Amino acid sequence: MKEILAEIDNWQQAGKRVALATVVQVYGSAPRPLGAKLAVSEDGAMVGSVSGGCVESATVQEALEALEAGAPRLVSYGIADETAWEVGLACGGTIEVFIEPLDW
Amino acid sequence: MAELYHAVAQAIRQDELCAVVTVLSGDEIGRKLLVRRERKVEGSSSAVAAAGSLGHTALDQAALARAAEAMEARRTARISLPVEEQEWDLLIDVHAPQERLVIVGAVHIAIPLVSFARELGLYTVVIDARPIFATQDRFGHVDELIRSWPDEALQEMKLNESSYVVTLTHDEKLDTPALICALNSPVGYIGALGSKRTHAKRVAALQEAGVSDQQISRIHAPIGLDLGGRSPGEIALAIMAEIVQVRNRSKEAGR
Repeated sequence: MKEILAEIDNWQQAGKRVALATVVQVYGSAPRPLGAKLAVSEDGAMVGSVSGGCVESATVQEALEALEAGAPRLVSYGIADETAWEVGLACGGTIEVFIEPLDW
Repeated sequence: MAELYHAVAQAIRQDELCAVVTVLSGDEIGRKLLVRRERKVEGSSSAVAAAGSLGHTALDQAALARAAEAMEARRTARISLPVEEQEWDLLIDVHAPQERLVIVGAVHIAIPLVSFARELGLYTVVIDARPIFATQDRFGHVDELIRSWPDEALQEMKLNESSYVVTLTHDEKLDTPALICALNSPVGYIGALGSKRTHAKRVAALQEAGVSDQQISRIHAPIGLDLGGRSPGEIALAIMAEIVQVRNRSKEAGR
């Protein structure tokens, strides 16, 4: 988390809203551990990571929606061989990501 | 608004062990509890709910107990907690102090070692009193370059379980006092460069200084995993690999 604090500060000081995504469940092989974080600013910039790059863009989308809705959400990515490629977890693992507006 | 986050950010910046418990589903989704350690008079500490609430007093109390365990193990956990006839879906997000590699001796091996350590997210410190070695030219990439006697510098640092100390000077006069300092602290790893013969001499010197054999056995020597390399980069890699191994095994043990 420490490595993303400075960027979050920059965004907040510029008056931007921020969403935070946290890996809360890891099944099988996944590139980032439990607790890994990605922060997203309201204009779509990101810092940190929740995967090896495969589900970041989907997470940014969900984060922007969470900011719009003003409410947190729990999202699952991954699995079944066919969909594994679709959502981008080529490793075949599944992760659950908790996405919330950073308003607490 | 944002008060809890600011408390969390402050704790993380100060390298304080803390945990944030979050409700992940249900009516109370997104509610949070910040758990910190409060120091007691005798030097021991206990976990306390410092800010926020999960919405129910009994739930806060039960979550606090689980957060204390997770903090002890330095391990983030997703748990299902039964309280008041309900299963609560919680994340206990543990923020442990920044890992720190303290290198005694601004020698050649220290240059690639700083690079490897930084790549792995460790905060790096190099200590050497000799101005020819501890130059900005050689160590522009280190987080902190300290030009003083190693034992004095180490005494001023708050060495904790997330600190790893390696001595690389090859000079008994510098290494031995530094090792004594490190052994008097709870550091997670201590390694000393030198051949088996050098280490035997070092052990004798430490024993003479009154250090117990049990304490001396904490020193990893010869330092590093046996990768069979001889170049400074290869030795630095072997040292870094050993630190990663020791750190991961102790996390595994605390599970």
